[in-house]
Amino acid sequence: MSNNHAYDLLHTILVPEFLKTLYMVISATVLSTIIGMLLAVILIITYKEGLKPNKYIYEILTTFINIVRSFPFIILIVAIIPVTRAIVGSSIGEKAAIIPLTIAGAPFIARIIEGSLREVDKELIEAVKSFGATNFQIIFKVMLPEAVPSVISGITLAIISILGCTAMAGAVGAGGLGAIAITYGYANFDNTIMYGTVCVLIILVQIIQSIGNFLYKVLK
Amino acid sequence: MIEIHNLQKSYGDINILKNIDLTIDDGEIYGLVGRSGAGKSTLLRCINGLEKYNFGSLKVNGFDIKEHSDEEIRHFRKNIGMIFQHFSLMERKTVYQNVALPMECWNYPKAEIDKRVKELLKIVDIEDKIHEKPRSLSGGQKQRVAIARALSLNPKILLCDEATSALDPKTTQSILLLLRKINETLGIAIVFVTHQMSIVRQFCHKVCILENGEIMAKGVVSDIFSNQPQALKNLLGEEEEEVLPSHGINIKITYSEANVNDRVLSDMAQKLDIGFSLVWAKTEQYSDRVLGWVILNVDEENVPIVGKYLDDVSARWEVLYNEQ
Repeated sequence: MSNNHAYDLLHTILVPEFLKTLYMVISATVLSTIIGMLLAVILIITYKEGLKPNKYIYEILTTFINIVRSFPFIILIVAIIPVTRAIVGSSIGEKAAIIPLTIAGAPFIARIIEGSLREVDKELIEAVKSFGATNFQIIFKVMLPEAVPSVISGITLAIISILGCTAMAGAVGAGGLGAIAITYGYANFDNTIMYGTVCVLIILVQIIQSIGNFLYKVLK
Repeated sequence: MIEIHNLQKSYGDINILKNIDLTIDDGEIYGLVGRSGAGKSTLLRCINGLEKYNFGSLKVNGFDIKEHSDEEIRHFRKNIGMIFQHFSLMERKTVYQNVALPMECWNYPKAEIDKRVKELLKIVDIEDKIHEKPRSLSGGQKQRVAIARALSLNPKILLCDEATSALDPKTTQSILLLLRKINETLGIAIVFVTHQMSIVRQFCHKVCILENGEIMAKGVVSDIFSNQPQALKNLLGEEEEEVLPSHGINIKITYSEANVNDRVLSDMAQKLDIGFSLVWAKTEQYSDRVLGWVILNVDEENVPIVGKYLDDVSARWEVLYNEQ
């Protein structure tokens, strides 16, 4: 392999595909967090010991989340192709991949945030109720701010798992580092590329986890 | 004033509170005691509507939570502060932000919040920790912050749920001193849930003893302790059991504040000229008065003479019988 070949590989393939991966992970994380947060807040309000218990809403939502989470990701991508087409206009490419990534990520993040919110001290919530705070204030002024560190470490977990999913999305035409490892590496019998890409992913995961740990420490 | 009439509460088939009748006057320090599961914390939470009850009525200055909407209850709660066993502060906010929280929720102007927070931190004597987070405070300091927060909306009643149970004895004393100061200077009534009888004895004006969701005894603290109803004996357990001699007759004399300093015993010894031995004696300090007990061992034939003497000086006495 000549130096020139390696340079080409880096510039024409690795860097743009790496950016595609980054783009997919960041967009899907942001969207999943927004939707997941919303779902988590509804779950925590309607939970039987919540602020406004509602068995029906809670059960419907929780069942729905469980159903989405039971899909193997690669099947989910295929299963929701019509939805993806309706939203993005295509079922191929990194933009299209964001839709299944978000649909898979949101319920995951919803469960993580729900867990974090449920860990907020019950006595603290009683204390806040005792001076007449509204339910809105209880959630947004007290529960969420108190849960921030544990939400952050949960989201770190989610980002890494979304990163793993982008590789699978790569297999069905989304591009990104996963696609390189499979098409240029595995299918081309080129171990250098395959393991090289894996190394990049390892470094990426390390960085994400370190940032997550750092934020947790600072915020706690 | 808190008026509770025939209040009942149940979860399914289990009755948590039965036939509760209780009146707590303005400015009073009222103790609610009982073992764990007796219903004292639930009763406390009924006062500010954190718990709803099934039957009866509970009025705080005429306001019965049963007859009002959630929104009205929210406003009503401004009149009642509450503190807890584990302090319930926001761990990620500073002392200042914690105390300011209730006023922020009620949209007080910033300048007023600032003034009031500083004033409150001065009252609870923790001004130097204003920008610290709860994590760096001791238990006693955290409870002081919680008290400041509970007072921020100028309540007329302060509910304390096992507020000193997580503190060491010395810190407990300093918190009780602070609460008494608040009761006396601001005229705030305090309802104090605890399982520690020693706190009731020195801190509360009145007490109500709960057992399995029922009131077994209630009244002025020193009366309850001098009358020793069964409920009190159950709570104190073996702690107060006296070992009495099995020969002769044991006579228990109860001192109340009127005659506690009188020299009943020495006068009796001189006037009657009979021998007796002192078996057991105790004097206790209550929030408002001093009570004492003395147990004498007298020869059986002298009992009527001693009894007559004690009746003549109008002392309260009774003959104790050994149970074995």
